[in-house]
Amino acid sequence: MSTEKKNLLEVRNLTVHYETDEGIVEAVNNVSFDIAPGEILGVVGETGAGKTTIALSIMGLLPKPPAHVISGSIKLDGEEFLPSLPEPEGPFDFAKKGPWKAEQKKLELRFREIRGKKVSMMFQDPMTALNPVLYVGDQIAEVIKIHENISAAEAEKRAGDMLEVVGIPRERYKEYPHQFSGGMKQRVVIAIALACHPDLIIADEPTTALDVTIQAQVLQLLRNLQKEYGTAIMLITHDFGVVAEICDRCMVIYAGEKVESGNLEHIFDKNMHPYTRGMFESLPNLEEDTDRLKPIKGLMPNPMDLPSYCSFAERCDVCEEICKSRNPELIEVEPGHEVACILVTEKLAAQNNAKEVK
Amino acid sequence: MLRYILKRILYMIPVMFGVIVVVFLMKMITPGDPVDHLLPANASVEQKEAMRDKLGLNDPIIKQFGDYVIGVVTRGDLGTSYATKQSVAGEIFGRLPKTVFIAVWAIFISQIFATPLGILAAVKQNSLVDSIIVVFTMVGASLPNFWLALMLIRWFAVDLKVLPSMYNGTAASWILPIITVSFQSIAMTTRGVRTNMLEVIRQDYIKTARAKGQKESIVVFNHAFRNTLIPVVAGIGSGLAGMIGGSLIVETVFAVPGVGKYVADAVTARNYPSLQGGIIVLALIGTVINMIVDIMYTVVDPRLKTTLLAPSSRKNKTKVAKEGA
Amino acid sequence: MSKITTPAMVKLSKKIEKNANVTSNTPGREALKRLRKNKTAMAGLIIILIMFIVAILAPVIAPYTYTEQDYTATMQGPSAAHIFGTDNLGRDLFSRCVYGTRYSLPIGIICTVIGLLCGGALGLCAAYFGGKVDMVIMRIIDVIQAIPSILLCIALVAILGNGMWQLIVAIAAGSIEGMTKNVRAAVFMVRSNEYVNSSKSIGVSDANIMVRHLLPNAVGMIVINAVGAVSGAILSISSLSYIGVGLVAPTPEWGAILSEGKTYMSVAPHMVLFPGLMIAITVVAFNLFGNGLRDALDPRLK
Repeated sequence: MSTEKKNLLEVRNLTVHYETDEGIVEAVNNVSFDIAPGEILGVVGETGAGKTTIALSIMGLLPKPPAHVISGSIKLDGEEFLPSLPEPEGPFDFAKKGPWKAEQKKLELRFREIRGKKVSMMFQDPMTALNPVLYVGDQIAEVIKIHENISAAEAEKRAGDMLEVVGIPRERYKEYPHQFSGGMKQRVVIAIALACHPDLIIADEPTTALDVTIQAQVLQLLRNLQKEYGTAIMLITHDFGVVAEICDRCMVIYAGEKVESGNLEHIFDKNMHPYTRGMFESLPNLEEDTDRLKPIKGLMPNPMDLPSYCSFAERCDVCEEICKSRNPELIEVEPGHEVACILVTEKLAAQNNAKEVK
Repeated sequence: MLRYILKRILYMIPVMFGVIVVVFLMKMITPGDPVDHLLPANASVEQKEAMRDKLGLNDPIIKQFGDYVIGVVTRGDLGTSYATKQSVAGEIFGRLPKTVFIAVWAIFISQIFATPLGILAAVKQNSLVDSIIVVFTMVGASLPNFWLALMLIRWFAVDLKVLPSMYNGTAASWILPIITVSFQSIAMTTRGVRTNMLEVIRQDYIKTARAKGQKESIVVFNHAFRNTLIPVVAGIGSGLAGMIGGSLIVETVFAVPGVGKYVADAVTARNYPSLQGGIIVLALIGTVINMIVDIMYTVVDPRLKTTLLAPSSRKNKTKVAKEGA
Repeated sequence: MSKITTPAMVKLSKKIEKNANVTSNTPGREALKRLRKNKTAMAGLIIILIMFIVAILAPVIAPYTYTEQDYTATMQGPSAAHIFGTDNLGRDLFSRCVYGTRYSLPIGIICTVIGLLCGGALGLCAAYFGGKVDMVIMRIIDVIQAIPSILLCIALVAILGNGMWQLIVAIAAGSIEGMTKNVRAAVFMVRSNEYVNSSKSIGVSDANIMVRHLLPNAVGMIVINAVGAVSGAILSISSLSYIGVGLVAPTPEWGAILSEGKTYMSVAPHMVLFPGLMIAITVVAFNLFGNGLRDALDPRLK
């Protein structure tokens, strides 16, 4: 953002790998971004691009093993949440194991304090995000009981309030998730996420599993509550429509790398990365009269076997020789608008040279 | 709820009727003439014929079947043992408490050990502890129980001389049979708990619970374990039913005078009425246990409760709506 | 891209080299690959294969015949001449255990196959046709299930008499109930998939759908259960032999050998130990292999 505000979340050079039997999956590669207080950041990318992995890293909920944070820094309100010590190599690396374990434990304790309180996460599928054997009300009250020092009765009352906030009658407190429809379950999930007024909510494809009509309702609700509570949201989606509807800024992820980011104007109207362009060209457009949509050809590269050059090169329409020579670096083309494309970099460099010559 | 229980009890009737049909068929194709077993060897042809009339063996098969069913259902008449000439039903019910005693203790012990072991293995998946538990369950489930019983006798009765090798009515003589039965059950139940726990831990609602900042111990017990209770209940039921069936071997090895040994003895002595009576009684026990398990399901799983119990109430609602219209 | 090198990155680059030719395969080939990587499953498979070789080469491997009696050397513990020791009649236990593979293994597999064919047909019909057919079949299965399977086997053997074929029939019959339920559940899972409906919508016949679409997709689950069922059948065979029905002494079936030995257990424990170990090893091997198969066919469960 242009105004120098203190960022709520700062992610720097985050690299996460999954070590599986089949090989190492490079899920997230050197991703950096910020979220300011009260801002809605859309994270857009195809399935398997590493969006959820980024979210889980922030929550400290990566499944370890197989996930390994290779490098990076995640700062929430200026506090570092990634371990500083290197992982022990194998089970017999006793020298590193002791302090590493101690740090992990300390981090986990700290994470438990902030999860639900400072950062909440909503998972993709509301059908499975609620525990089938517990009352929905109790599932909301749970998060309040964990973080706030109030009596059980008080917590239950507040859980009831939260139900009403998301538009569900208080009387349905003592019902089970299977008695709720998909949209209502998602409302309960939102209530859980907002119950302790967190600073940041990570919403992992909150509308993908819902009907289109319900999608709009849920987004509207999320937007209203976000305004009311002043919460920042990191909204993971693969749908630009959702981004256009509620986001302030947007970041496009491809094969675990950030390829373009900026405000909505940058992404929707002035986009420069061929991938972002390709995505817009593959969307139906009501204003233009096109006969055919233009899909992006090919598939995302195997994250187990990423090329040593631009990972979009094989699918890129404008790919040139130079694209296969190195990895593109992220450059700021104008304030707040970053692009990682070698061609854009080269063009910009040429322009600058021309300016200097003048 | 009451309605469902009633329905479940009614459902037992065709199953048990089927069992009686099967047993009756067995009776029909069983080689040998029952009269020869019931009368002294030197009985005359007239005596045999009289006996045959008395037993109804000269009646048409349909009538024989009808009489048999009526006898079983109304009087609990399971026939007369060839060996003792006593009522089979009386003999079996006298022995039943011993079999049930072993099975209940074994279930109790196996649950005490298996639940924590299974949870531990699942929570620490792929760790050393998990591997040890997995190997134990694998081996435990593969050992033939009669062999395990003999080995236990060898160690505790022959070498250490601390426990009796055979059942003799003392409390100590129950120990080895119960250990034998529990051992296998611990192995199988642990495996079941682990598998279910792994399945549940992967679910999104576990992630949601963690994302709330909940303690891992509460996530495991309050969120995950409650969801594995359904298979655990099923495990108890099928375990109990299996143990009563498996009592045959263990009771034979330890000479426990229970139903299992009664049936095993009946087989070796070709004492068919006792064998068939045993089948009916053990099948009845198994069916009752399964019924109880099914009812327990609705208690532990709210989803089942509504799907099983709601249709009737929903029907009523639509009825009311229709009448109103 | 990051230019930092950490030990994990070094490891990564090595692995990338190794995985350079990652190609997408058919699910079956993928599963086979995973199975080959699964050490415990391969251990199980190797033990099973060794058992088969022993069964085939029994006369070559066994130093004595299984009936040869030596009254000068009865109930001797393990020694160089008799590595498993001898029994009360002076027969070499090792030779008897070796010949035992000729009973447990083939009978266990034959019983499972028969049970699978009968139970599979029933389960497939029940799951595919559903409705009344399903109800009738499942009620019959409920009745069979109500009788503990070992009791059913014993009752059948008691009626049919002792002997190999009677035993096979009895154990196969005892396994039908479980097989029907497994196949039914497996097919049910597959049946709810859209491709079955889409086949129907283009007019593929019922029989064709069953054989072409349902079975191949359900086969994974069925095979896993069948491998598990073999170990159950082997346990049943020896249990029956132990209580004296089915294969009885002097047949060198492991359960029967054990049954003969139990009388002398306090003086000659090896007579019980070795046949029991043979049963346990075989059953463990089938269970290991079965579990490995499950992991390979259903990677999600790993």
